Amino acid sequence: MPPHPHDLDARADSLPHRDLLGIQGLTAPEINLILDLADGYVAQNRSARKFSDVLAGRTVVNLFFENSTRTRTSFELAAKRLGGDAINMSVDGSSVKKGETLIDTAMTLNAMHLDVLVVRHQESGAPKLLADKVNCAVINAGDGAHEHPTQALLDALTIRRHKGSLKGLTVAICGDILHSRVARSNIHLLNIMGANVRVVAPPTLVPSGLDRLGVEVHHSMKTGLKDADIVMMLRLQLERMQGQYLPSQREYFRFFGLDYEKLTVAKPDVLVMHPGPMNRGVEIDSLVADDIHRSVILEQVELGVAVRMACLDLLTRTRN
Amino acid sequence: MTNRTAYTNARLLDPATGLDAIGGLLVEGTKIADFGPALFRDGVPEGVERIDCGGACLAPGLVDLRADVGEPGFEHNETLLTASRSAAAGGITALACLPNTDPVLDDVAGLEFIARRAREVKLVKIFAYASVTRETAGREIAEMGLLAEAGAVGFTDGTSPVTDAGVMRRALSYAKTWGRTIFQHPAEPSLAAGGAMNAGEVATRLGLKGISPMAEIIMLERDLRLVEMTGGRYHAANISTAESVDVIRRAKRKGLKVTCDTAPPYFSLTEVDVGDYRTFFKLSPPLRGEMDRRAIIDGLADGTIDAIASDHAPRDQDVKRVPFGQAAFGSVGFETLLPLVLELVHKEHLSLLGALDTVTRRPADILGLKGMGRLAKGGAADLVLFDAERPWKVEAEKLASKSKNSCFDRRPVQGMVLRTVVDGRTVHSKAD
Repeated sequence: MPPHPHDLDARADSLPHRDLLGIQGLTAPEINLILDLADGYVAQNRSARKFSDVLAGRTVVNLFFENSTRTRTSFELAAKRLGGDAINMSVDGSSVKKGETLIDTAMTLNAMHLDVLVVRHQESGAPKLLADKVNCAVINAGDGAHEHPTQALLDALTIRRHKGSLKGLTVAICGDILHSRVARSNIHLLNIMGANVRVVAPPTLVPSGLDRLGVEVHHSMKTGLKDADIVMMLRLQLERMQGQYLPSQREYFRFFGLDYEKLTVAKPDVLVMHPGPMNRGVEIDSLVADDIHRSVILEQVELGVAVRMACLDLLTRTRN
Repeated sequence: MTNRTAYTNARLLDPATGLDAIGGLLVEGTKIADFGPALFRDGVPEGVERIDCGGACLAPGLVDLRADVGEPGFEHNETLLTASRSAAAGGITALACLPNTDPVLDDVAGLEFIARRAREVKLVKIFAYASVTRETAGREIAEMGLLAEAGAVGFTDGTSPVTDAGVMRRALSYAKTWGRTIFQHPAEPSLAAGGAMNAGEVATRLGLKGISPMAEIIMLERDLRLVEMTGGRYHAANISTAESVDVIRRAKRKGLKVTCDTAPPYFSLTEVDVGDYRTFFKLSPPLRGEMDRRAIIDGLADGTIDAIASDHAPRDQDVKRVPFGQAAFGSVGFETLLPLVLELVHKEHLSLLGALDTVTRRPADILGLKGMGRLAKGGAADLVLFDAERPWKVEAEKLASKSKNSCFDRRPVQGMVLRTVVDGRTVHSKAD
């Protein structure tokens, strides 16, 4: 039975960071602190009374420069379940079209006395640029191909709840590593927590120097998935399919799409994960995606809310 | 009455002749009348203004191979006036500006505009490249003959490489007729497109699209084949990788008419300096790895790399205070050029005369600027007086350049320009 969030609160644990811009820079005890607290919030979310007043009087703004229904909703729900005010701002270029820079936007929001700014941006490093200009805590909800820390944390929580620990597990991250912030955050987190990390991708989707990030690089699902405890599939951006990085969708699925046949080399109790949204029949076969014995994809979505609650809670604890 | 100035008690340095001695130098009007260890041994004649150099170094003024000065079209970044002030503060007495202006310097009128503005500003000597191709679009070669006649010191598409091999081949052949060199920024766009920094572990960690070192190396290799084929004169700008140095070294051994330069960031910084997305470190070519940095120093030490350019690229805040991927490339460089070149001397990679050679005689020779970059009796009195040892800290806000985007901001350096003289006139003097 996980501890109730408010028991943890009594310990007055907090992160020694103002912002959550990435997994890089976090320590194993800090990650465990977030996951422990999130475990408690999972219980709260599953109870009839889902709301608490941890963030009462606090304002959380979701500033999304890229469309994302699931991540934005997850953060919004997390803030509301903690009793905070959550406001969504989608910047589809309206202010930007008027010539406003990212820093202007940050300064404007800063003047409104926010507590937490949740930022998604198509450019790597944009949340860091904002964090340097505002007084509130900034959470990176995905920046370019850099990091998506709360996704890695929710993946870790999902794994921990099934396997007990991340230490010593073999995790294969498969697909479009080149453009994936989820992959980078997961690589950092899994390395910090003592897992063995492999990536499996065609050479055109592997960024240079990746092997120096503490991962084994495979170009074959057969070797990459061998004895894996966890298989994390990544979304293939279909617009990248034709010609530029890959010859065709059909060829990609044949060699890198996850189906039962490829999964046979992994451990029998392997967990299949995906950050969503999925391209069924491209990176993952529907039968595998919907296999309730192996796929934990919907559980990832559920735990995402709890992890984001934990992050909002921890980052606002030290800020009065 | 003739305007005469005596510089006494100076450490005279002339890389062209190997002179390194304490002595004096006499300027008469716009020219150097005399210099040497024995001069003024019997005192300074009556009626001559005397400047006691206090043992500081007196050398030919720096000649800068490459600067982006903004005017016309980008005056919000820099004007010829602010660029001249900044260059003068850096000990630069002559500079060549790139044609990437708006409009592009691809016609005689453009070159005449630069010449007129330079006369009006009247600080340092400003020369201009003309573009290799019309509009620097890379398709049709510009009117090289007319442009050479109008004073173009060379041809380059500046920060846009000439990517079409056929166009490059014709440009190398045609420019030969007018005795001009083609200056290329080697970067194969199909390998560099969309990239923000050097490809490798750091870019992967930061989630930034990388620019492969191969983009530079492949275009260099291609161009050198074309040089061999045409017999043209070619200069590779901004060499940044270890393999580029090797490629140039081999080409020189073959006897091709090839020269090259680098800029201070490539022997002073690495990709690691990008840190937390610091856009002042977004440069073209990008900062490379430590092995490349060392190879650049080796290339300078053995003379494979002929010259060091400031690669002055002023950019205003609007294009630098944005996410790294969207930020403009470039850093200002005039005022940090000399101290960073001297850093190579302080770290014993180069001799003092060897280091000065890369920013005086050799760039002047590459540009065909006769008599410049050296101390010569009867030659133009273009001089820099500097204290090679004096430490200071770069503070971008205090730079004379209109834009403050220095990748060396807050770096402690050693070597201070005390006075810059152009045609006998003091255009910059360090106020103590």
